[in-house]
Amino acid sequence: MTLEWALAIGPGHRRTNADDPVILTAATFGIPLDAITEYRVAHVRGDLDGAQVGTIATRLLVDPVNGWFKPAAELTHDNELVIETGLRPGVTDREGAELIRASAQIDHPIDAATIGRRWIIEASPALTPDQIEALAYRVLHNEVIERWSIGANSLAAGFVEDQPVTPLTEILAVVGASDDELQTIANGRRLGLNLIEMQQVRSHFTEVGRNPTDAEIETIAQTWSEHCAHKTFRAAIDVTNEAGEIVLHVNGLLDQYLRAATNTIDAPWVHSAFVDNAGLVRFDDDFDIALKAETHNHPSALEPFGGANTGVGGVVRDIIGVSAKPIAVIDILCFGPPDLDPAALPDGVLHPRRVRDGVIAGVGDYGNKIGVPNVGGAIVYDSSYTTTPLVFAGCVGILPVGSHPTEPRPGDSIVVLGGAVGRDGVGGATFSSQTMQAETANVAGSSVQIGDPIVEKGLIDVVMAARDAGLYTAITDCGAGGLSSSIGEMASELGADVDLDSVPRKYQGLAGWEIWLSEAQERMVLAAADPTPILELAARWGVDSSVVGTFTGDGRLVVRHGGESIVDLDCTFLHDGCPLHHLVANLQTVAPMQRSADSVDARAATLALLAHPTIASKEATIRTYDHEVMGGTMVRPFGGPHGDGAANGAATIPPGTSGDRAMVIGIGVNALMGDHDAYAMAWHVVDEAVRNAVIAGADPDELSLLDNFAFGNPNNPDTLGQLVAACQGCHDAALSFNAPFVSGKDSLYNVFVHPDGSADPVAPTLVLTAVGIAKQPENIPLTGVVAAGNYVFLVGPERGALGGSHLDLVLGKARGGAVPQPDPSAIERHRELAAAIGEGLVASAHDPSEGGLSVAACEWAFAGRLGLELRLATDEATLFGEGPGRYLVEVTPQNADRFVELVPSAKRVGDVSAGDAVRIGFGPDDIEDSGGIILTLDEIETAWKTQP
Amino acid sequence: MRAPKVLIPVALGTNRDGDLADAFEAAGAEAIRMPLEALRHGESKLADFQILAIPGGFSYGDALGAGRLFGLDLVGWFGDQLREAHESEMPILGVCNGFQAIVSAGLLPGEADNPGVLTGNARGTFECRWVTLRPEPGNDSIWLSELTEPIRCPVAHAEGRFVAANLGAVEQRNGVAFRYLDGVSGELANGTYPANPNGSAGDVAGITDSTGRILGLMPHPENHIWSRQDILRGRRTGGQALPMFNAAVAAVRS
Repeated sequence: MTLEWALAIGPGHRRTNADDPVILTAATFGIPLDAITEYRVAHVRGDLDGAQVGTIATRLLVDPVNGWFKPAAELTHDNELVIETGLRPGVTDREGAELIRASAQIDHPIDAATIGRRWIIEASPALTPDQIEALAYRVLHNEVIERWSIGANSLAAGFVEDQPVTPLTEILAVVGASDDELQTIANGRRLGLNLIEMQQVRSHFTEVGRNPTDAEIETIAQTWSEHCAHKTFRAAIDVTNEAGEIVLHVNGLLDQYLRAATNTIDAPWVHSAFVDNAGLVRFDDDFDIALKAETHNHPSALEPFGGANTGVGGVVRDIIGVSAKPIAVIDILCFGPPDLDPAALPDGVLHPRRVRDGVIAGVGDYGNKIGVPNVGGAIVYDSSYTTTPLVFAGCVGILPVGSHPTEPRPGDSIVVLGGAVGRDGVGGATFSSQTMQAETANVAGSSVQIGDPIVEKGLIDVVMAARDAGLYTAITDCGAGGLSSSIGEMASELGADVDLDSVPRKYQGLAGWEIWLSEAQERMVLAAADPTPILELAARWGVDSSVVGTFTGDGRLVVRHGGESIVDLDCTFLHDGCPLHHLVANLQTVAPMQRSADSVDARAATLALLAHPTIASKEATIRTYDHEVMGGTMVRPFGGPHGDGAANGAATIPPGTSGDRAMVIGIGVNALMGDHDAYAMAWHVVDEAVRNAVIAGADPDELSLLDNFAFGNPNNPDTLGQLVAACQGCHDAALSFNAPFVSGKDSLYNVFVHPDGSADPVAPTLVLTAVGIAKQPENIPLTGVVAAGNYVFLVGPERGALGGSHLDLVLGKARGGAVPQPDPSAIERHRELAAAIGEGLVASAHDPSEGGLSVAACEWAFAGRLGLELRLATDEATLFGEGPGRYLVEVTPQNADRFVELVPSAKRVGDVSAGDAVRIGFGPDDIEDSGGIILTLDEIETAWKTQP
Repeated sequence: MRAPKVLIPVALGTNRDGDLADAFEAAGAEAIRMPLEALRHGESKLADFQILAIPGGFSYGDALGAGRLFGLDLVGWFGDQLREAHESEMPILGVCNGFQAIVSAGLLPGEADNPGVLTGNARGTFECRWVTLRPEPGNDSIWLSELTEPIRCPVAHAEGRFVAANLGAVEQRNGVAFRYLDGVSGELANGTYPANPNGSAGDVAGITDSTGRILGLMPHPENHIWSRQDILRGRRTGGQALPMFNAAVAAVRS
């Protein structure tokens, strides 16, 4: 007889510390907790008696040393508040799935299983009903993926059940529809298509002589989405000046600036740029590097864990999608202030602390479980990120030269590797291409999902084995838009015939278009003349696989469901039919204010900078990421004798390569300069990425760049003007540095619209990733200063710029001045330093970035647990100015002469000391009198290790 | 003479299989990574190999407890083969998730009345950092026979706090293989974070069974085979874990 059982698994996990993440987050919402205890509650359905359920619990659920279980109804809680949470049915539930699998393995098969949570709350004074609801709703659960209820045994199991069957296929009355009706259709389905695009759809189907199906219109919407089609980056743009005169016509930002830079540079090391899932560049004679960075902003705002989790999963799949083995991930995260008053939060917006903790947990979970090291990144805090947090995830892979096939052939089978589809994650591409509003969380909730990284680890094993055996002719990943995008793209020239009845699904009752668009994660699509060996490989590695159709060669995309054709589209129309957008950009001229001459307490300012969350140590985050797996890591996020000093870039020896070369990553990002001068900001972040790469050993004459833009609404001419300026800056900087762009991603519409119609746009944000090669990995400088008595050189100008500086940020007042200006001579300094590093002359180096020289000196000394004596001017432009092409470099006295020969712009500014302090000023006796700084390593540590 | 063969079984979610293979290859062995499905279907038998090494990762996503379902597979599918291998004196290694799996399978500590478990780190979070390990002088396991100095290597786990029903019994028979040291002072970590990253009682990082041929440990010696991997590269010499792999490979050669 089939019965349902609910078992409480003990002992519970009782949290009492004030700095526990749950208690801390509750406190942020004004909910003081004394303690909170978490029990797992296993729900099981099957033909089982009590003894059999007991066996399942004992063998599979209970800790063998200290654990126990009892029927959940018998776990009572006197006078205590109980909240129960559980996943929504259909959300990825690895625990439930494994309990079903393992129960069968021990000969007690069950029909359904899921594991929820019971939270016992202790608080005095007792919580008010509003506090209880806020605790459940905002702290313990996330509406997008979970359910909650108050009281023990109050939450039903939530097993995955077959859904009521949706009417098969809907026909949309587009032919003959008025413009208003077209817009109603677009809005009602949240297609994200504008009127011009809908008119194009109408005229196409008028010509064809029939109306489109729901599946066809959704396919068009996905294919023409900003996310997939990059309409803004391809749009024709009239650029006007402040007088409203057209001063420039841009034929697509991508072609005119980014691709143009790459074409002009024509670098021999670039093997593939802008055409595939990821760029390909030369690593050595035998191997290529694949590189890609993505954004996952909208999903992360709604469901931080799942959004960031699938963001990492997506970019790792991009790398698998060019037949490369992923070897490193990076993440650049932008959040609102973690101490924000919850009362200041708009409706529908998660608190920055909640977003941050969820995003970091999501990034760590995916990278750790898939076994790809997280080697670097950044976390930037700015109030503009409160309503629109940003999540950039990058991945680098390695593949033998020439091993990535890209030509599907007519007659090839379409093989899908990976899991089953459900209603979760439908419409992600269109969702991520629109602005966010308070109700977005409710209507777009199904666009967000939880990843299943261990399945993707299986995909890596299968695809690498299939690649080495030459089993496929083309491959791509299944990302936004699901099969509609992946198969649609692969079939863009050949056409394809797909039978959705062959696609595995989590439950029955899905409409055809839902199967076709579902973004069930962890799937790859391959073309193969003979699919059988791939299916066998997949079975060997425990990965699901299916053949869902064939590439036809007739140029039509045909999709069948239940014997009926639900899509029959001309591929040319689908891929080339999207009308070009025509936009207007307003280019602001930049006229910096004269800087006001207030005096600054340099010592206090340095400590405040060190403690600012953007600059302070990210150790609490980075420790939760595995940066060592694969055994290739050479320069890791933390180094120095105590392993807690911040590194600049990252270097890793790709597994399977000779070991004579390391792959190097440098990252640049800035949230403060874009609103002042987006053109200069672009130069600045390119330079920062290059500096970080050079310090980690890269040859600056063989770098490749990834661009990631996160801007507001491009239909706003001022926002688009900033984007145009940033692209111009990227182009000019790339040419100056002789570093081509090979891939990128734009994320637009990062705007939160309040109920009253006012809009919060994101700070214009550009993330630059420089990937290169260290040709003498043994000479890569160490992290942190190395030995007392070594000389300290400053490479580059002593003084930096203070407009848009972090100094002004911590002083709470913009005091004018120009942002750092483009410096075409910076590349010479990068080359000189790289040459010195190549000869093994550099013991360690650190770059002045956020906060300038003073902060850099403190970080560098602390990392090495040694003092610094620096004879520098003590004006604010020297101590706190930011700017390109500057380094602090440590060189032994024996190597100093040769170093200066190679780096003529270097100036000796002091020494590494055996002391326990950083001293900056004019000589040892008059440092304080001269307005200089003395900071002990203990003071630096206390400030820099402040936990935001 | 043919290189000894090392079997590295791979469950869904295992991910340090390649790292472990690299370490054994560096020690002169031939390492073969094989999915459990293939083993289950008889592609190879445990008896075809001279060493068994269970790698780290997140087998089955750590669902129902770290290493637990991998342990269930080992007992349920390969219990007889494991018993035979142990009787034939095959060295067996479990690292991180592999350690969790062989503890869950009952191979370690190895006494029927003394179950163990690797439970949540004292701080409650996943932790990746380099640690220093002292090979315990009283432990005469072959795995430790060529280690004379402390070794440095990373940990990367959320459930690494070793708990046994009777830890005293393991201590008594010199079953502790490695303890966490404070790398700066050279003293035992004495339970303090971060030198002891998970709060294990007695700073226990790894243990052996009563024969010394089964070793399990949470840290990743396979990630410190070359000096270029060392977090103290350029500051200190030595500290590699390669001798541990050399010792096992040499033992099965002779």
